[in-house]
Amino acid sequence: MKILGLYNYWIVIGLMMIGFYTMISRGNLVKKLVGLSVFQTSVMILYISMGKILGGTAPILIEGRENVVYTNPIPSVLILTAIVVGVATLAVGLALVVRIKEAYGTIEEDEIHEQDDVM
Amino acid sequence: MSPHLPVLQVVVPLLAAPVAALVRRPRLSWLVAFLAALWAFGSAVTLLHHVLSVGPISYHIGDWAPPWGIEYRVDQVNAFVLVIVSGIAAVVLPYARASVEWEIENERIPLFYTALILCMTGLLGITVTGDVFNVFVFLEISSLSAYALIAMGQDRRALTAAYQYLIMGSVGATFIVIGIGLMYVMTGTLNMADLAQRLPAMEANRTIPVAFAFLTVGISLKLALFPLHLWLPNAYAYAPSTVTAFIASTATKVAVYMLLRFIFTVFGVAFSFDVMNLDRILTPLALAAIVFMSLSAIYQPNVKRLLAYSSVAQIGYMVLGISLASVLGVAAGILHLFNHALIKGALFMAMGCVMYRVGSVRIEAMAGLGRTMPFTMAAFVVGGLSLIGVPLTVGFISKLYLVRAALEQGMWPVAVLVLVGSLLAVIYVWKVVEVAYFRQPIGDGSIREAPLSLLIPTWVLVLANIWFGIDAKLTAGVAIRAAQALLGVGS
Amino acid sequence: MSPSALVGLAVALPLAGAGLVLALGKWPNLREAATLATGIALFASVVSLLGPVRAGLRPTLTLMEVVPGLSLGFQAEPLGLLFALVASFLWVVTSLYSIGYMRGHHEEHQTRFYTFFAISIASAMGVAFSANLFTLFAFYEALTLCTFPLVTHHGTEKARRAGRIYLGILLTTSVAFQLLAIIWTWQLAGTLDFRPGGILAGTASKGVLSVLLVLFVFGVGKAAVMPFHRWLPAAMVAPTPVSALLHAVAVVKAGVFTILKVAVYVFGLDLMGTLAATPWMAWVAATTIILASLVAFTKDNLKARLAYSTISQLSYIVLGAMLANRWGIIGGGMHIAMHAFGKITLFFGAGAVLVAAHETEISRMHGLGRTMPITFGAFFIGALSIVGVPPAGGAWSKWFLGLGTLEAGQIWLLAVLMLSSLLTLVYLLEVPARAFFGMPPEGEVRPEGIHEAPWPSVLALVITAVVTLVLFVHPGPVFDLVSLVVPR
Repeated sequence: MKILGLYNYWIVIGLMMIGFYTMISRGNLVKKLVGLSVFQTSVMILYISMGKILGGTAPILIEGRENVVYTNPIPSVLILTAIVVGVATLAVGLALVVRIKEAYGTIEEDEIHEQDDVM
Repeated sequence: MSPHLPVLQVVVPLLAAPVAALVRRPRLSWLVAFLAALWAFGSAVTLLHHVLSVGPISYHIGDWAPPWGIEYRVDQVNAFVLVIVSGIAAVVLPYARASVEWEIENERIPLFYTALILCMTGLLGITVTGDVFNVFVFLEISSLSAYALIAMGQDRRALTAAYQYLIMGSVGATFIVIGIGLMYVMTGTLNMADLAQRLPAMEANRTIPVAFAFLTVGISLKLALFPLHLWLPNAYAYAPSTVTAFIASTATKVAVYMLLRFIFTVFGVAFSFDVMNLDRILTPLALAAIVFMSLSAIYQPNVKRLLAYSSVAQIGYMVLGISLASVLGVAAGILHLFNHALIKGALFMAMGCVMYRVGSVRIEAMAGLGRTMPFTMAAFVVGGLSLIGVPLTVGFISKLYLVRAALEQGMWPVAVLVLVGSLLAVIYVWKVVEVAYFRQPIGDGSIREAPLSLLIPTWVLVLANIWFGIDAKLTAGVAIRAAQALLGVGS
Repeated sequence: MSPSALVGLAVALPLAGAGLVLALGKWPNLREAATLATGIALFASVVSLLGPVRAGLRPTLTLMEVVPGLSLGFQAEPLGLLFALVASFLWVVTSLYSIGYMRGHHEEHQTRFYTFFAISIASAMGVAFSANLFTLFAFYEALTLCTFPLVTHHGTEKARRAGRIYLGILLTTSVAFQLLAIIWTWQLAGTLDFRPGGILAGTASKGVLSVLLVLFVFGVGKAAVMPFHRWLPAAMVAPTPVSALLHAVAVVKAGVFTILKVAVYVFGLDLMGTLAATPWMAWVAATTIILASLVAFTKDNLKARLAYSTISQLSYIVLGAMLANRWGIIGGGMHIAMHAFGKITLFFGAGAVLVAAHETEISRMHGLGRTMPITFGAFFIGALSIVGVPPAGGAWSKWFLGLGTLEAGQIWLLAVLMLSSLLTLVYLLEVPARAFFGMPPEGEVRPEGIHEAPWPSVLALVITAVVTLVLFVHPGPVFDLVSLVVPR
């Protein structure tokens, strides 16, 4: 139970590290943003999986029934906000990449550095 | 005072932002932004006055009682920070009118002011809220608008600087979210006061230290604590002058406030310093920031970049004060929040004046400006003296308290390093002063003094530097009371 | 006007004068008149404080509280009053001298010169009348900063480099050592007020207080205690009136005055006598005295020689403070006045020779005494005062310092004083000797038409030389004033 039962956390950690590694190791600006996106998604999965209660039902109030176990709705609500934030971040990031492409002619990080160092 | 003032503090600028976007004319959108900033400043001063005379304010959004509803809690600490943020905004906006027109294309100006107000809204929101997830939301509002603002700089390196800030800033924000999530899992609440009550019982569990670690690292990224400061020099150097002046004086200060809130109010002094030994991490990093960043500043050929490295060093001072965890130390940190906002605001605005007339901020381009732009350079000299910590300036007051706090705990090497930082500041400030006053002016003699609309706000901050350096009773008094409130000791 | 207001006036007047000079920049004669008028008014207000202070009053003016516990305030007490009297009188005289020098030498940026001169005097007054260490430090730093434009007046590469050394040494010592010591004192004593008997007694262990004393002595860079003395010769690149007033009177005297004040009013003589560091600091001063005198020998440039002479003489006063007894303080305090008048005469002479004969090196001054007898005569009298022999005033301060060393039981220090007098005799009297009795080498003819310097400069020279002689005959007023600092 101990290790296999925590499978949601293992998935989160795995995704988080994949995302983080992508951000650091890839020189292409769009790939970095993809890595950031995967990284943020892993955190969302963390929240959602935290909210789930085994054997709990959807958190819609059932009239007249006592002692019903509901899944916690709050993490899902929080993640809705975080998803929006993630989308906005991605949008701003991609817009920046477009402008960088216009200004530098490339979106590879090392080529951009070369152009800047020459200046 | 309206009972809804805490939430209006944020809502009014928030509503002003789309208005500024919809109003197509540059001058009108500037006016909307300026009015929003003025309103925010008036509201912040009112809140501070209320808190100092009556006591902390607790406001429940939508009348939902905490901890289920979101609570806005205003006490001595965040009222002070609110005044700083809105005050800087109120001074920077008159300055922005001429500076922005010169640096940004006309069609984009309304969008610029929209982003600026949104940034201010985000910063105000982080400060005033009492709910941790709310902090994250406002943090992202201010960060995203900051990325956009920085990217509007004229140099194309502004784009890569904004991108790098985006990546690092989002990682930091995500770490903060992880920390918040872990705390929520263990306690079931997002309200700061409630968390403070429930966390001590959970401390044995390994999750809480992990949450603490994620939060601290995430906030440190936003704070530009050495060595997580890599985004700052480029972001400050290549952003438009107004943006640098505003963000340098506010964004990192609000991040320091976040650190204060989490360390002292949510987790508590006992957990943070005795269990997690935070001082053993923060003090060396802060000292490293002070020494190494001041040294780096000396070798920068771009004056804005020089001031940016200087800012990282000054943030080291603030964090050092906090890591001392005494009333004097935390008060010194909070005091330097205010003082540094004044110092860097004045310095960056002076550089904006230089940019306006000269078109460049490299040191060589500033040759002879002491003669052709006397008021601008005089502003820079006073700001520089304040940065060094000459008596009768605000910089001196901060150093006074910080060194005293260090000596109170018997940490004299720390005191010596703080003073060494001042001496390093003398070197890089004097580099610029020498070039401006000792060299012949270059060019065809077309450089005149900056226009009044740029000079007056700059000099307002410069004079504030001197005013609050001579009469520091108000600011020092508020800082000490805020520190006492944070550390939970009586006044 | 009440004595308290007079104290504030003493600091405000030169600042107002600076503004006036700046406004009258376009009319040189009016501008110079403004400087002189302000100087005379300042001297008058300082003199009128003499009565109240002698009667035992200590007029105080507190400007404002800066942070809870520290305020910016002024207080007139005997030592500060002495410093203020010397500085304000010599400001008038130096202004007179400057008129002749600056015009005779066709200096540029004269308005800037007179403006910053006035501001520097205001800072010196602030130091003299400070009521606590915080106020003193504030004006001490202000003095460093507003003398910088004066030191780098010529704007040349040499001036810039000298300015860097000046600022570098003075700011490093004041921030790294003095500020640390001041904040530490605040932490230990809870206050920074100057009080008779000191504020540090019983606040910390003897070891800690010794370290504090060392930090103070080395932290006051303006006292030019070795090894932090290099700024003084570097500052000689400035025009001679600057060297004369600031580096023979205002800046350096602010330094040794600070040390005396800290010794008497922060530590207290009784406490100082028990600290292990005190005799060590006395020996540091003694070493500076001898070493500086030896270096002075090697200098052919007259101003450089005078600079090292000043370094040596300043350590006399530091020595007096470190003797931690009544005669030491009296001797040191009197030397503030005696050395000021003597040294300023010497610098005036050096400047006169520069303007009139265009010579800076001593080896080339042979025979000048015959065409410039007044200048070199005054120089001779000034030199006597520095050496410390009658009929010049310096004899008295040397005498009391000697008594101080005997009272402290340090015969070796007395020997140091004697030795240094001997050395000073040789390296200073060489100048008038060469001027009056020297013969030009074979084949060299001095250009015709060398007279005395312009009359305002010569008048100033004569005034200071005469005062030096007067101080020998009437040392009473100075002695009485300083004795009030250390009552029996």
